[in-house]
Amino acid sequence: MSERAVELEVLRYNPETDKEPHFQRYALSCPEEWVVLDVLNKIKESVDPTLSYRWSCHMAVCGSCGMMINGEPKLACKAFLRDYRGTIRVEPLRHFPIERDLVTVIDDFVAKLARVKPYLIPKEPPPEGAEYRQTPAQLKRYKQFTLCINCMLCYAACPEYGLIPKYLGPAAIALGHRWNLDSRDGGREARQEELAATEGAWECSFVGACSEVCPEHVDPAGAIQRVKIESTVDWYRAHLMPWTNEEK
Amino acid sequence: MARSNKPIVWGPFAAGGTLTAFLTPVLVLLTLLAALGHVPEALAYESMRAFASHWLGKLALAGVIGLSLWSAAHRLRITLYDLGVRADALVAALLYAATLACTALAIYDLLKL
Amino acid sequence: MSRAPYERPITSEWIFRHPRYLRYMVREFSCLFIGGWTLLMVWGLHQLSQGPAAWAAFLELLRSPASVVFHLLALAFALYHSTTWFNLTPKALPVPFIAEAHYAGWAALSVVILALAL
Repeated sequence: MSERAVELEVLRYNPETDKEPHFQRYALSCPEEWVVLDVLNKIKESVDPTLSYRWSCHMAVCGSCGMMINGEPKLACKAFLRDYRGTIRVEPLRHFPIERDLVTVIDDFVAKLARVKPYLIPKEPPPEGAEYRQTPAQLKRYKQFTLCINCMLCYAACPEYGLIPKYLGPAAIALGHRWNLDSRDGGREARQEELAATEGAWECSFVGACSEVCPEHVDPAGAIQRVKIESTVDWYRAHLMPWTNEEK
Repeated sequence: MARSNKPIVWGPFAAGGTLTAFLTPVLVLLTLLAALGHVPEALAYESMRAFASHWLGKLALAGVIGLSLWSAAHRLRITLYDLGVRADALVAALLYAATLACTALAIYDLLKL
Repeated sequence: MSRAPYERPITSEWIFRHPRYLRYMVREFSCLFIGGWTLLMVWGLHQLSQGPAAWAAFLELLRSPASVVFHLLALAFALYHSTTWFNLTPKALPVPFIAEAHYAGWAALSVVILALAL
């Protein structure tokens, strides 16, 4: 186990004393196989206990430790020191207000997630005394979109979310789409009010950055394009063939 | 939140984007050859006139011109927003109106042929 | 403890933050060349409707150095639009081999058009 010299440049912000965020440097020696999260933990334990950041599982399943590492949205527990040279710049996840140091205010995402109704709205009740049944093929349709860990790296990568704060955003749309694809679910009409709104899928310009940075390979960009196509088909059918519309 | 009417402009954009992806490179190659002095047979006056005189030719030309211009206009609208131009409604109105005007001009010329 | 969340300002420098954003912008800018070339063709169509002399003048215009440069750029941007569009198609339409089918169709169509036109 050999060590290497590590220098982190971390964006600090104390809401009680600072007018603006500022960078602070930490230099220490760490095992070379560590991740950035390990370095932050060592800093907090033995150098500067005031450093604030979110983390939990340390294995890329909880989605807590998202931050900008050298300008790229990454999970700190998945950012290996061996992939970086020189000073490593660590900042809070972009496009979210900074609460304190590396902790961001995530209320906007949480509210948007709730709006897409990311839960089962059953088409019909389960069979008498039994559970819903689903074939492997039916599961495969939506499985990929269940992998989202709500880490919000996609929101940090998406320039449209940065430019248009009202935009629903990649993860919320992908998760709405996940439930629409579930064979047990009958809530698509309700979700379309959010997904097919102007601030829904339509603010996406298919940059594709969200899918590139997603640590779980959910491919939200793909989900959003499919929502756009489905919403377009819906729209033309509803307007050109109004007799097919259900009674509201 | 109400469902958006974006599909009105997005549908033609997607169609135009697909059309230009398949068609534009080879057509640009043809006019590039003409620009370099080797006018392809199809671009001679008689062949072009014949093509544009036929109702199928008119339909094809109108369709390709209209959809190509529309998808370019829509993309430009999005790009201007990305670059910080905030007056989206105004930009959209101007770009789509210009597209329709140019397409109308093309159709007018096609009807003359 | 009092809260004072800090909002970092958004500027256009996001475009230069990573190559993917620059590539996105190049893709988007292809619309200027595809649109521009189409407008040039609209002018050509107009000249066609004015008779053989006007059409000859249009072909003359095509031969200008500015036109040659524009055409080279337009071809490059049109190709970039095509490749990025086909590469993204599987994301929007998750059908097996759809990208390959698009490329094959594109090649076939281009060959047919060249054969008919030249």
